[in-house]
Formats: sequence, structure tokens, C-alpha cells
Amino acid sequence: MSEIEARGYAHSDALVSTAWVAEHLQDPGVRIIESNEDPLLYPSGHIPGAVEVDWVRDLNDPLRRDYLQREGFEALMSRIGATPQTKLVLYGDKNNWWSCYALWVFQLFGHKNVMVMDGGRLKWEKEGRPMVREVPAYAATKYGAPERDDSRIRAFRDDVMKHLDAKKPMVDVRSPEEFNGTRLHMEAYPNEGALRGGHIPGAANVPWARAIVPDNGTFKSAEALRAIYEGEKGLKPSDDVIAYCRIGERSSHTWFVLTYLLGYSKVRNYDGSWTEWGNLVGVPIEK
Amino acid sequence: MTAIPPIPTKLSEFLADFEALADRSERIEALIGISKRYRPVPADIASPPYSEANKVPACESQAYVWSLPDGSGNLTFHFAVLNPQGISAMALAVILEENVSGSPASAIAQIPSDIVYGIFGQELSMGKSMGLMAMVSMVRSAGERFASAALQRK
Repeated sequence: MSEIEARGYAHSDALVSTAWVAEHLQDPGVRIIESNEDPLLYPSGHIPGAVEVDWVRDLNDPLRRDYLQREGFEALMSRIGATPQTKLVLYGDKNNWWSCYALWVFQLFGHKNVMVMDGGRLKWEKEGRPMVREVPAYAATKYGAPERDDSRIRAFRDDVMKHLDAKKPMVDVRSPEEFNGTRLHMEAYPNEGALRGGHIPGAANVPWARAIVPDNGTFKSAEALRAIYEGEKGLKPSDDVIAYCRIGERSSHTWFVLTYLLGYSKVRNYDGSWTEWGNLVGVPIEK
Repeated sequence: MTAIPPIPTKLSEFLADFEALADRSERIEALIGISKRYRPVPADIASPPYSEANKVPACESQAYVWSLPDGSGNLTFHFAVLNPQGISAMALAVILEENVSGSPASAIAQIPSDIVYGIFGQELSMGKSMGLMAMVSMVRSAGERFASAALQRK
């Protein structure tokens, strides 16, 4: 049993270790993908053979607040030389926050064979593993993707309204200061891009990074995660859960944790999140 | 009517040169080169654990700023970036230290936060742009504070 399997996750195959990645650097069936918040990180050095997927340039619609459409996803997969059978391994900065975000977007197009490198860029670097600056070029592939399906794992504001009315569980993964609305009142500093501070009524506050072992960026064991989400907050694997943050990036990390590591069957990410809810006229807010 | 002083000359020249870099990869290479000149605040100014008073709010790279007046209306800045993966924050710290330190507080008080977009481009996440703009805001706030205090002494 591998060290990751020993942690008791519902779907331990959603994670690979840094050692596994090191052994598959030359594997043509594997494409390693770095996705970061900091745009300078990948060009400053990355895992040999890794390609970059940038959440702004590659995953978002340049005009509307939305994600890329089928044609864009097919072009992206073609650019990185992936087919529907390619095993996509994501890693990045911020304890894999952005790689989970990319994974969530990939799932809107149903690419099943995708996983996260446990510990992300931080662990790879701490272990002194090789980093290079050369950007690899792969032969373009022909990738046929289905239309984007938002219904399973994405929530919109009307879904949140219904969820709220039905008193179903929601997880606000922002910091306690954002959750209680005090951050909007810090004078002279940027705010959340929202006119109102606070949270959606009834939401439980579990900052996303609580799922991480701070020293090495790996995910906590299933037992430790259950203690947080179930022991402290009362969630159950059968719950219909909506997670949100500011724009849906941090909450995609929590979506990954609940869906893959704890095996929750219905978790959706509300990517409109607080930048939408905190600006909506007339919606209920708690502080 | 009092004329609004311009931003520090050196920063203005840097921004003009930098904004002329039209190619994204050229700009990124330049920023990576700049980030390599990053040195944390000297130990005689501050040593870890740093005071929360110097911490940049909203910056997830855990950036800190120190402002020191020289007695003649100018300010010197020092920075620390605790996140080793905070390359953009390190690059901005170097840019501010090299192009703002030693400038008059009144000019520093005019630096707009959105120089961040001129330096890093528009393709920043909200979190990243907030953190970097907060670094600039903290520098500008120091300029405003010292410039205002100087005016009151007159």
C-alpha cells in the first residue's frame, strides 16, 4: 500500500506522489501540467517536460465571466499534446489551489484521467527534485471533447438561492475575516471587489488551507479531513454541498477534497462566489 | 491651487521603459531577472518574526514593508517576502526599493496602486493583483503619512 493509499481517501487514485511523477517524466501517456497563481513561477523553472496551463489565459473566456467552451478546451488539449486517454497530472503553487481549479474546469469537459501531484510545487522543490526552464513542445493532438456540462459540479446563483431556501449545507472556504465581513472595512487597502461583506446565511466557514499539512503542502489524511468537515461542521458524504469563496478558485480546492478525498457524491462549486453574491441586490447576507 | 507633485522620477522612467516591453515573454524574463536581486530587509532594520504592523494586508506572499525617513523629507524602503514562491512579490519589492527608496514622501504619496498592471500586465488573478497593489498602497500610505506630518510641522 502506498503512503497516499494509507491515508484512507475515498479515491486515492486522484492523487500521485512526487516520486511517482519523477518516475514518469518520460512517460508518453502522462502529461504533467503546472498551474499557478503567480505568472512568473513556471517560466522561472518547472518540472522537466511540464507544460503550463494559465487559468486566466487558458481557462477563462476573455470577454464574458465564464469558462472556455468546447472548442477552446479542445484547442488547449491539442496544444499540450493530450488525448482523452492521456493521464493529466496537475501541480502548482499555493498548495495546489490552482491545479485543483484547473482540474475542476477539466471536469466540466469530462476528462476523467486527471490527478493532482500531492504537495504540489512546494514539495517537489523542497525535495530538491529537478527543475528546468526549457518549455517543451509536443506534437498537436486531435482532441474531441463533449460540450461543457455545468450541471454536475458547478452552481449558479439561482442554485444557491434554492440551496439556501432548502437549508442545504454550504461551505465558505474564505478566511474568517472575509467570512465575517471585516476585511471590507480595512481602510486604504483593496477590498474583495464586493459592495457588502459577510457570508451566505447558513454557510459553514472552513478555510480551504485547513485541508493541507502546512510543512509540505500535502493533503491531510481522510481521518483528519473528516474531523474538520464532519466532526466540526456536521457534513455527511451523502449531503448536497455547495462550496464558494471569492471567485471559485479556493473553493475548487475544497470541492476536490470533498469529492475525491472524502468521496462526497454531490459537491458543486459556486464560482460566482462572493464577488457575485456580495454585489447582488436584495440577497440575504449574514455577518 | 497647489500643484500635485509627480511620482518619483526614477519610478516614472522605469515604468516607461517597462511598459515599452510589448512581448509578454520578454516582460516575464525581465521580471524574473529583477526578482533575483531581491534581498530581505537587513537584520539591523528588522529580524523575524516581523511585526504585524509591517505586514502587507491581502498579500498571500507574506510581504512586509518598512519605511524609514531620512530627516529631509525622503523615505527609504525595505521589504521582506516570506513565501519562497512569491516571485512576483519579490520582483515588485526590488522595483520599489530600487526606484522609490530615497524619493520625497510627497512624490511617493502620488504612486497609484495600478502601476501593478503596467508592470505585470492585466492577466493577474484578483488575489495576486490585490496583494501586489496592497504592497504599493502600503508604500504610498507611508508617503502620505510622512508628507502630511511634514506639512503640519511647517
